[in-house]
Amino acid sequence: MFDLDRWQEIFQTLSKNKLRTALSGFTIAFAILLFTLLFGIGNGLKNTFSEQFAGDSQNSVYIRSGKTTKPYKGLQSGRSIQFKNDDSKFINTKFEDEIQFFSPNVERFNVLAVYKGEQNRYQVRGVYPDYQPLESAVVEQGRFLTYLDLEKKAKVLAIGRLVEKDLFGNFSGLGKNINLDGISYKVVGVFSDPGGDSDERMIYTPFSTAQGMYRDNDELDRFGLTYNPNLSVDESLVFTNLLTKMLKEKHNVDPRDQGAIRVQNYAEGTKNVEQFMGVLNVIILFIGIGTLIAGIIGISNIMVYIVKERTKELGIRKALGATPSSIIGMIMVESIFVTALAGYAGLTIGMFTLKALGTSLEDYFIKDPTVETYVVVGATIVLIIAGTIAGYIPAKRAARIKPIDALNDK
Amino acid sequence: MIEFKQLHKSYPIGKKDSLHVLKGLNLKINEGEFVSIMGSSGSGKSTLLNIVGLLDTHDEGEYILNGQTIEKLDEKKAAILRNKFLGFVFQSFNLIAYKNALENVALPLYYKGIGRKERQEIALKYLDKVGLKNWATHLPNELSGGQKQRVAIARALVTNPKVVLADEPTGALDSTTTDNVMDLLKDINDEGMTVFVITHEEEVAKQTDRIVRLKDGIIISDEITEAGKLKGKYV
Repeated sequence: MFDLDRWQEIFQTLSKNKLRTALSGFTIAFAILLFTLLFGIGNGLKNTFSEQFAGDSQNSVYIRSGKTTKPYKGLQSGRSIQFKNDDSKFINTKFEDEIQFFSPNVERFNVLAVYKGEQNRYQVRGVYPDYQPLESAVVEQGRFLTYLDLEKKAKVLAIGRLVEKDLFGNFSGLGKNINLDGISYKVVGVFSDPGGDSDERMIYTPFSTAQGMYRDNDELDRFGLTYNPNLSVDESLVFTNLLTKMLKEKHNVDPRDQGAIRVQNYAEGTKNVEQFMGVLNVIILFIGIGTLIAGIIGISNIMVYIVKERTKELGIRKALGATPSSIIGMIMVESIFVTALAGYAGLTIGMFTLKALGTSLEDYFIKDPTVETYVVVGATIVLIIAGTIAGYIPAKRAARIKPIDALNDK
Repeated sequence: MIEFKQLHKSYPIGKKDSLHVLKGLNLKINEGEFVSIMGSSGSGKSTLLNIVGLLDTHDEGEYILNGQTIEKLDEKKAAILRNKFLGFVFQSFNLIAYKNALENVALPLYYKGIGRKERQEIALKYLDKVGLKNWATHLPNELSGGQKQRVAIARALVTNPKVVLADEPTGALDSTTTDNVMDLLKDINDEGMTVFVITHEEEVAKQTDRIVRLKDGIIISDEITEAGKLKGKYV
């Protein structure tokens, strides 16, 4: 195999038969190139979708209130529903088993935050410590809010990564005091959030602090919770439906009223996205396998043709003393050499093309289109093996054929 | 050098029938002889050449080549024996189209396992012998028919075989080149090589030393030619 003479013989055959070599090389290179590009683009689509839905914890539920759209029990439509602290208690006691994390919210938009010379407007949210897992927020520095903060109505803040960047530049905001609407708060933590920029421009303060600051009494804006992860998607939908029904009853809202109390369960969306991703995976796999099969058929055809075309030459070689094994070896090494080289070329071109595409296709929902190296290398190896088998079968037949028949093959 | 005893060969035709081509040949060819086998098409002469050339196997009887009884040869052994003992010259030359004259001549040496440099030297020596040293780098399609056949003869000789087998070596050539090629074969024979020619041309056969005539798979005559008598080999 590593006999220099043999390689010289093979190089000569390949270089003297350029069309043949180019044809089989092109088939392989093209198949691998297509495979890489399709897989890369498919992965890009997947990346886009998983990022779009990665923002919040996948078992999160949000409850908001609004105005009634239907009259009910003698009450007129257009009545505002206002959640209060006793609603928190109500939900928590009724659904102790179903709820994992729970936090009522007080929200305030467009709050002016000032640190020394820098200032900007942000959304401020009063939350329980349990709110952190709901948003999938990750603490980068310091800590998140605690129950002690909540009890003491402490004037402390957990700020998003981009808030820190806006107000403190490259310096750490931890331990510094920020002025919100004229009142000084201490930054106790900085967090990042996979949900993206808007989630990272958020300021969290203890629920009790925010309620005391922005609400006259025990009013609040909304609830966020995550349900017990042991519940299936369908069970979680049963839970949220029941929760909606009970809240509507409590606030004297028509069960058919869609506006007054809105419960948003991400599970359904998550379920759809997961199904969609599953289908996308199957499609990508199907296309990939299809491309490979097309490549395998292509290279097999060419190998059969090559051996057929060379029947006479092989007969001459046999008459001159070539053993059957040397004939098989020659054809196989040629075929493996060409497919490996061409496969590598296709792989490289494909990878480079994907790299060059980079972010340019983000408008078409294709983000970061890359392929894992092992997938492409695996595909190349599959094609090499296929080319080898495709070469071996006719080579074996050619080696068995009597030289005299081969020589008579005009 | 070559000896047959009651050699039989049949080819299957369809599922049941078979065609009996060689019907018990007995023949002995000594070292250094220049023999031609004559016969019309269908006489079995090509089959005989294939068996002598180890390109095909016989069914019954004995074939002794260079003192070695040939039987139950697998492809590999046959290939090695061909490479070692036999040189082929074909009617249609059978040169490899993408190799130049020198590389064509050197190919049997490659299968013999001789190194590249030595191969080239030996091949060039034999090309010189057939008068084509200056054509070494030419491809077969740049050569005339006679030149191609001389390259083929150089290739047959390059391994220094025991026997040169020529199957209608002049079949594709005009009369002048035919004479050139026959002269070359005669020269080779004069140097002591056993030469075995198959032909259906009387003119060609006459230039050999001994003519064996085949008809319907049996030898009908075996005679020494005038040329052979002159040499005085057969006394």
